[in-house]
Amino acid sequence: MSAALTPGHSDVDATVVGGGLVGLAIALGLQDQGRRVVIVDEGDIALRASRGNFGLVWVQGKGDTCADYARLTRLSARQWRAFADDLTDATGIDIQLSQIGGLYICLSDDELQQRQQMLASMRLEHNDDYPFELLDHTALKAKVPAIGPTVAGATWGPEDGHVNPLLLLRAMVERFLQRQGQLLTCGPVTRIEPITGGFRVHAGKQWNESTKVVLAAGLGNKTLAPQVGLSAPLQPNRGQVLIAERVRHFLDYPTGHVRQTGEGTIQCGDSKEDVGFDCGTTTDVLATIAARAVRMFPLLEQVRLVRSWGALRVMTPDGYPIYQQSEQYPGAYLVTCHSGVTLAAAHAGPIAAWIDSGQHPDDFALETFHGQRFSV
Amino acid sequence: MTRADSNTSTDYVDLAIIGSGPAGMAAAIDAAELGLRVAVIDEQPLPGGQIYRQVSQPALQDRSVLGPDYYYGESLVKQFSTAAIERIGNASVWEASANHLCLTRDGRSHQLHFKTLLLATGAQERPVPFPGWTTPGVMTCGAAQIMLKSSGLAPAEPVVIAGSGPLLLLVACQLLRAGIRIEALLETTPAANYRDALKALAGAVSGWRYLLKGARLMAELKRGGVNRRSGITNLRALADNQGKLDRISYHHRGREHQLACRTLLVHQGVVPNVQLSRALGIDHHWDELQQCWRPGIDRWGASSTANIFMAGDGGGIGGALVAELQGRIAALAIAAQRKQLSDSERDARAAPLQRELERQLAIRPFLDRLYRPAPAFLRPADETLVCRCEEVTAGEIRRIAREGCAGPNQAKAFSRAGMGPCQGRLCGLTVSQLMAEAREVPVSEVGYYRIRSPIKPITLGELAAMAAPTNPVKAARKSAQKG
Amino acid sequence: MASDSAFKRLPANPAAVVNIWVEGQPITARAGESVAAAVLAAGLGPTRTTPVSAAPRAPYCMMGVCFECLMEIDGQPNSQGCMTQVSEGMQVRFQQGAREPLENAS
Ligand SMILES: Cc1cc2nc3c(=O)[nH]c(=O)nc-3n(C[C@H](O)[C@H](O)[C@H](O)COP(=O)(O)OP(=O)(O)OC[C@H]3O[C@@H](n4cnc5c(N)ncnc54)[C@H](O)[C@@H]3O)c2cc1C
Ligand code: FES
Repeated sequence: MSAALTPGHSDVDATVVGGGLVGLAIALGLQDQGRRVVIVDEGDIALRASRGNFGLVWVQGKGDTCADYARLTRLSARQWRAFADDLTDATGIDIQLSQIGGLYICLSDDELQQRQQMLASMRLEHNDDYPFELLDHTALKAKVPAIGPTVAGATWGPEDGHVNPLLLLRAMVERFLQRQGQLLTCGPVTRIEPITGGFRVHAGKQWNESTKVVLAAGLGNKTLAPQVGLSAPLQPNRGQVLIAERVRHFLDYPTGHVRQTGEGTIQCGDSKEDVGFDCGTTTDVLATIAARAVRMFPLLEQVRLVRSWGALRVMTPDGYPIYQQSEQYPGAYLVTCHSGVTLAAAHAGPIAAWIDSGQHPDDFALETFHGQRFSV
Repeated sequence: MTRADSNTSTDYVDLAIIGSGPAGMAAAIDAAELGLRVAVIDEQPLPGGQIYRQVSQPALQDRSVLGPDYYYGESLVKQFSTAAIERIGNASVWEASANHLCLTRDGRSHQLHFKTLLLATGAQERPVPFPGWTTPGVMTCGAAQIMLKSSGLAPAEPVVIAGSGPLLLLVACQLLRAGIRIEALLETTPAANYRDALKALAGAVSGWRYLLKGARLMAELKRGGVNRRSGITNLRALADNQGKLDRISYHHRGREHQLACRTLLVHQGVVPNVQLSRALGIDHHWDELQQCWRPGIDRWGASSTANIFMAGDGGGIGGALVAELQGRIAALAIAAQRKQLSDSERDARAAPLQRELERQLAIRPFLDRLYRPAPAFLRPADETLVCRCEEVTAGEIRRIAREGCAGPNQAKAFSRAGMGPCQGRLCGLTVSQLMAEAREVPVSEVGYYRIRSPIKPITLGELAAMAAPTNPVKAARKSAQKG
Repeated sequence: MASDSAFKRLPANPAAVVNIWVEGQPITARAGESVAAAVLAAGLGPTRTTPVSAAPRAPYCMMGVCFECLMEIDGQPNSQGCMTQVSEGMQVRFQQGAREPLENAS
């Protein structure tokens, strides 16, 4: 491991700081462009949000207050199939991508109505090109017979899907290593030093040089960004997740709160559709999540919990990503978002291409995600 | 004072003790006497822990089978059962923090708040992975003993016992006394351990009672005509066409042997049960001699969190008498912390207990060296299943480690090892050791699984019942707006 | 389900007899003992097959650690047989693969 970190070693094009889903996706994308990439990551406990997240490739409702985010999200969802196939072809790992649509279940009529209004106004904003459907209780029951009797209905998004997040992470790591990528788990990165022709990335006593550096370290970006003239105003946002035991298959579609994995285990999450996992949990919140899940699917009442996780989502003040190159130190990039699974295909595609060549994507305005928006 | 009403939703005590083995019972008795309001929670229906399991209502008629060390527990259990202690049996603690715990009982969960927490959750048997160890008919020596104690049941014959450690000999003798025919006692203790153990003989001499006990057990096995073989390697369990155990094979003096059997009892010592202490975030360090993790506690049993204490095997393997002493010492420290006792009085009362503790522990270095498991059980061959729940082999873990996987938590994500219902209890030690071996670093550097609640199974419905009734809708409404 | 693998009841102190049903078959158990012990005493098993590969399994540790003793007890799948005491009329079923979610559901 330390071999790559020998002083003066500089035949590396890019160092990606952070080996979670975001960092890996960028790294794979740069490899697609023929670049030599090193990922510096923390040790075993650190790989957090990517390791056990909800695995949603989720579209509906994303970007209700930011049309470009909706576009970015849908672009990624469209590119996901090719991204997944490439991973599977190269590694033999079936990451279980399914994009047959998803449900956002609403317990009360009130909630359903608000949800519909939100999606309807998005449809308007996207010139009618925003597919969703409103399902009342009966329609929902026809789609998902296990739905509880007191559930009001759901909104249906045909572009939603899910993937096995653990297999995804594993396949991405394998793909990265296959192409001679170097994954160093000697982090955390303590300092990034701009040098002539590039950057020197320090992890404790070790260091590594490259032409470009990409900050994809989740919350860690907050302290690293200022060292290369960037700003990452990130806040952890806590959410919690429950994992219940394997049961026979009863749920084909991902929902915002409950998902059944390919193995049969059940994930129940917080109100946000995509959650990454980190530290502690609190009994009250877990109980609330469980209560909601049981109301949605009464058959879960007797199903046993296996684990629970506290989730730390990496949130910017407006909840949308930052994609930005440093003006002070060109070659340093900041990539941060909270939907690393959904956006993985975009990160490996247009975002990595932009980092590599400076070319902006056509489908959405990249400037929207400049960090400047927070400095008023 | 046993709690009759299991519907209480919240409650409060000065000292909550988890586990009513010798450590928990002794601590509870003394703490209650020192004026603390104490509750003791245990998942077993009756107090006694592993060693004194069901001693207040023993199943076996013949008291000689289990012997005096078992019935010694009668008086402790009696004292415990009559003291002013809230005893909550049949209740599993599935979550704990520094001020409250959640327990499940009869399918319902409750919270209990406390000022001080004492973990006295004891030990589990060390996982013994070898080819075929998942075959129905393979069980642990501890399991056999539990069935003797609580049901008066003896394993199906023919019986073979294999492994290493004091409990191996003890269980063999207990079964022999019960009239069970033991086909063979196969000891896997590596020959080098004997030489190594001799170095610690000086300490062992002051623990002569234990040595004598061991010698007596061996003599008893010899008199009983038990075929005892040492230096066994390549243990393997083989199944019939229904998948049940019908033979074992092993190597002895360079030759392969096979034996027909219905039950194979295995054992490689016991290790601390660290689920709760890990979930609570207490520091753990790798004990190279005992080849297991130990929580960091001081000589009073205090952990790095000021109001959380540990006593008994859960804090490091010492045996039943040590557990009892540690429980009493912890009770003194807790009472002093709660100002029921001055520090000087605490010290004066603890001094004789601490002296006795030292005497009891003198034998450990010798035993730990002697019964250190053979490497094949710590880091088994590639084909061996390590994670029984998710069926992950040692080879898979090694492969992941060689690919640069940082540690057991990432290995868990990549292989699902440790994700099943046992929550890593039966693979955690092995996975850490395999990764350390593959990466050529110490086990301490590799670390262990992160353990999270619920550490005992509860249903979603049970958890849901703890929520305030209006919460779900409100929360869902908020989230619908956000999207 | 050959009973040559039955565990042997040794001379025991008196205790009430509890009748339970295992896979539709009546067996007698000793009051206070666990379901897993009663099943082993009757020589029944393997007691489950795994959800991963359908491999046969049976109780292993008898102290709540290994989760090999998972059975359906009184309609509740994935119950730990070694941690559940027998009670009169109890219905025990062996599980094949992953549990059904629908038992007992309202
Ligand atoms: C299977 C087995 C057999 C053994 N046999 C012998 C023997 O024959 N002779 C001998 O000298 N030593 C034996 N030992 C070692 C001996 O049991 C210990 O030295 C001694 O019991 C330690 O006492 P303790 O109080 O620390 O823990 P224990 O006696 O183990 O008591 C711990 C208690 O905590 C309870 N508990 C654990 N977690 C939870 C939770 N989350 N919620 C609620 N309750 C919980 C358990 O049910 C248990 O009753 C054996 C150990 C094992 C594991
Ligand atoms: S037999 Fe191990 S948990 Fe029941």
